Amino acid sequence: MSAYEAIILTIITASTPLLLAAIGELVVERSGVLNLGIEGMMVMGAVCGFAAAHVSGSAWLGVIAAVMGGVAMSLLFALLTQTLITNQVATGLAITLLGLGLSGLIGSDFVGLPGVKLSNVSIPWLTELPYVGRLVFGQDPLVYVSIVLTAGVAYGLKYTRWGLIIRAVGQSHSSAHALGYRVIAVRYACIAFGGATSGLAGAYLSLVYTPQWIENMTAGRGWIALALGVFSTWLPGRLAAGAYLFGGVWILGLYAQAMGLGIPSQLLSSLPYVATILALVVISTNRRLSVINTPASLGQGFVPDR
Amino acid sequence: MKKLLTAAAGIALASVLSMSAVAADKLKVGFIYIGPPGDHGWTYQHDQGRQAIDAHLGAQVETVFVENVPEGPDAERTITRLARQGAGLIFTTSFGYMDPTLKVAAKFPDVKFEHATGYKRADNVSTYSSRFYEGRYVIGQIAAKTSKSGVAGYIGSFPIPEVVRGINSFLLGAQSVNPDFKVKVIWANSWFDPGREADAAKVLISQGADIITQHTDSTAAVQVAQEQGVHAFGQASDMEAFAPNALLTSIIDNWADYYVARTQAVLDGTWVSTDTFGGMDDNMVNMGPFVNMPADVKAMAEATTAAITAGELHPFAGPVYKQDGSLAAAEGEVVDLGTLLGMDWYVQGVDDKL
Amino acid sequence: MQIVLEKRSQASSWMNVMSPVLAVSLTVIMGGLIFAAIGKPPLTALYLYFIDPLTSWWSIEEVLVKAGPLVLIGVGLAVCFKANVWNIGAEGQLTVGALMGAMVPILFGDWQGPWALVAMLLLGAVGGAMFAFIPAWLKTRFGVNEILTSLMLVYIAQLLLDWMVRGPWKDPHGFNFPKSVAFEGWHLLPMWGDGRMHLGLVIALVIALVLYWVMRNNLKGFEIRVVGSAPRAGAFAGFSQTKMVWFCFALSGALAGLAGLIEVAGPIGQLQPHISPNYGFTAIIVAFLGRLNPLGVVFAGLLLAVSYIGGEGVQIELGISDKTTQVFQGMLLFFILMCDTLILYRIRYLSAKPVTGSGDAS
Repeated sequence: MSAYEAIILTIITASTPLLLAAIGELVVERSGVLNLGIEGMMVMGAVCGFAAAHVSGSAWLGVIAAVMGGVAMSLLFALLTQTLITNQVATGLAITLLGLGLSGLIGSDFVGLPGVKLSNVSIPWLTELPYVGRLVFGQDPLVYVSIVLTAGVAYGLKYTRWGLIIRAVGQSHSSAHALGYRVIAVRYACIAFGGATSGLAGAYLSLVYTPQWIENMTAGRGWIALALGVFSTWLPGRLAAGAYLFGGVWILGLYAQAMGLGIPSQLLSSLPYVATILALVVISTNRRLSVINTPASLGQGFVPDR
Repeated sequence: MKKLLTAAAGIALASVLSMSAVAADKLKVGFIYIGPPGDHGWTYQHDQGRQAIDAHLGAQVETVFVENVPEGPDAERTITRLARQGAGLIFTTSFGYMDPTLKVAAKFPDVKFEHATGYKRADNVSTYSSRFYEGRYVIGQIAAKTSKSGVAGYIGSFPIPEVVRGINSFLLGAQSVNPDFKVKVIWANSWFDPGREADAAKVLISQGADIITQHTDSTAAVQVAQEQGVHAFGQASDMEAFAPNALLTSIIDNWADYYVARTQAVLDGTWVSTDTFGGMDDNMVNMGPFVNMPADVKAMAEATTAAITAGELHPFAGPVYKQDGSLAAAEGEVVDLGTLLGMDWYVQGVDDKL
Repeated sequence: MQIVLEKRSQASSWMNVMSPVLAVSLTVIMGGLIFAAIGKPPLTALYLYFIDPLTSWWSIEEVLVKAGPLVLIGVGLAVCFKANVWNIGAEGQLTVGALMGAMVPILFGDWQGPWALVAMLLLGAVGGAMFAFIPAWLKTRFGVNEILTSLMLVYIAQLLLDWMVRGPWKDPHGFNFPKSVAFEGWHLLPMWGDGRMHLGLVIALVIALVLYWVMRNNLKGFEIRVVGSAPRAGAFAGFSQTKMVWFCFALSGALAGLAGLIEVAGPIGQLQPHISPNYGFTAIIVAFLGRLNPLGVVFAGLLLAVSYIGGEGVQIELGISDKTTQVFQGMLLFFILMCDTLILYRIRYLSAKPVTGSGDAS
């Protein structure tokens, strides 16, 4: 394996959990809901995934359990914010708190146990191709899932009836309601989708990235994913670019350290954040693009008048 | 309703009081942890030490712990609370608890305090730390014997003296076998971020390192080594389960003997403030089983371990040259303790700058 | 039959009072069940959680010490959020405030006297505000979303602090450990009581009261509420959205910076890599729990502080883990948020199929 392949592979591994969590949140936000609980849903996905895989011995069962764990947390969020119309920002933060605590409780019996790794895809002949084989045909399955999801969301939001409804609900829930769409049901579905991909992102951590369970193993990745959503101005293509940019700068910072250039490591560690801010400034200067996709009723609860 | 609540509060209060009454007969030993006991690293080993106290002195002693105490304004309160609730001996197990421990100790002269890895003491505050670097020297030798590329990757948490000492000792051990051995360093800027540690390991491997060692708390790097077919060492606790083919050995922090002895000293009334810098000779640093290596390497590692334990070999025995070429200890000398404690320079051969 | 929520024509003053009571009762019941389920005595646990922190002068002091920074940051954020300005980066502003204020003891260690302390407090506030101006400037100049930039700047600020205490500002006699010299004399806040009560708590309370008065009786408060709830109306009234963004970031940044300085010059007494157990983020919860009302924030800060101190108590006395405490806190937040809904909405039981709404929800 050549050095450039190794770099790209490492970047992809670092970026995929961010992309997975962020693509779901993008749909949630497009429907007009702000869920700050990604970190909590993700860590629950990680622990459920690890536990199920460890008990059953099957990494795929782990993936399914992780999705279910993420969805369960997201439905709690939906129940509170949609049915009971609580404040979304505060509820999201509470979900994170709850998720970190609950995952620690569930996971206390699984600390220090080796995990089951989701094995990489291997296609005879294709995967052995020089230069591109490992990169295109030899990743772990969830990388392909993340790409398919991103493409699917991009297509779905733009061209399908479902996408239109979601955008309408996010743009103006009262108008969408007047048109006869069931605003709350749509939002429930979007929130559950966001929970599912956050759970997948958690599974990526505990079954692929570092196959083990450690408390708080998300280490703040949920917040980065959240930032990427805003960064992308709610466009899936840009989201993927953002996730890989972030992962890329992150990994290249480590390379710069390993080469012994003598740059303070704190400076290198802060580069991904600086890069994100700068990229955002560049994007935002094009005001038309950044405003047009912003869901107008983001973060507002909806109660139909009767 | 009000009556009921009052009654309930009364019962609750009574049970709290009765609990304290039971506890009063026993010596209460408190622990403050920086992380969760479930980190399988630093805090895990301290918790093993606490459990050893329960196992050995359970009849006379009761242990309590508070986990995830941040090194900030909360630390002083948590230590004070343990002291107020009748703890007779309190272990504060992270460097950042140093000043809070001293502040609280001044207010509770009858309570004994034990602070890990610090340098400030008082009549009722002892400090203890471990010469982890002795283990680093042994794994450095193993690394140099095992490595084909002659380059090791070292994942550090933060550039504090303890970690820098480990890097230097590792390299000095390696150079005693292969004078051209090099080490590349990545600082994770975190004690605990499994994903980042795994990334760092991958980057180091792709830069030519075929030995990975780390001074961070999770098992992630060891796992990456297993996956990519290079060798690695466990840190703090035995990590063999995570890398059955890759792991060569682990450096294990063994706090159990010290904790039991200090607790016994309080029970006997013989506790005095001391400074302990324990190593292999007093069983505070243990080596895990030597595995996945040929018999001659294993024999060398065992011989070195025995020599360090017997005091015949000091990892920082001269000549030791700093990175800039100046002499830190001449032939026949040993780098002095003060320099070791505040070490902020690399030896020659480290591919990094401080 | 179906249960639906219906908007009240005006906020219920009865529920305003009852909702916290109801929330705490629900938490107590659920918490009791959880503690019983994990085999711990529920009544004792609940007593330790909520009552015990208030039974000794020492723990009351500690509750106040814990609540101080939460309130100080929380009131600033409450004003911000009320105006629809989303400063999520108070943690970073806190860090830079602490760094700026610490210049006095670290660089001008010989300058003692009351004015040195005043200078530290001012520098702390200025540092926080200046750091908050970055997202404000990016927002008003380029239209960059402030949630993201203020959040990213938190990580940058923390890495900056880390570099400063390991590099230039390291204590020269500290064996190269990452911390600054210990502050002395007038570089520390006056303390009293047998614990750690310090001047910062008085500052926090005074600022909360002033902001309460401003928001209620002053034109600025009116402007903030109008711009926040109806930006177009605000524009007609001549209130500038841009100025509002600058004002909110200046205020909340300055208060967060002040809180940071108060922490390092109070309970900690030096600079070190970790100076805040996420006060800047927890204050977001506090601001919402306090319903974005400065007086409410004071109570919310106190409630959260009690639950932290109580959570520590159950850990020590009953061996209930830190994780259970987190779950319990999350639950407490859920119940409070849910019950607050009842202030603005009433529950209706419908037996027939719901009629389609008329359109405009506002």
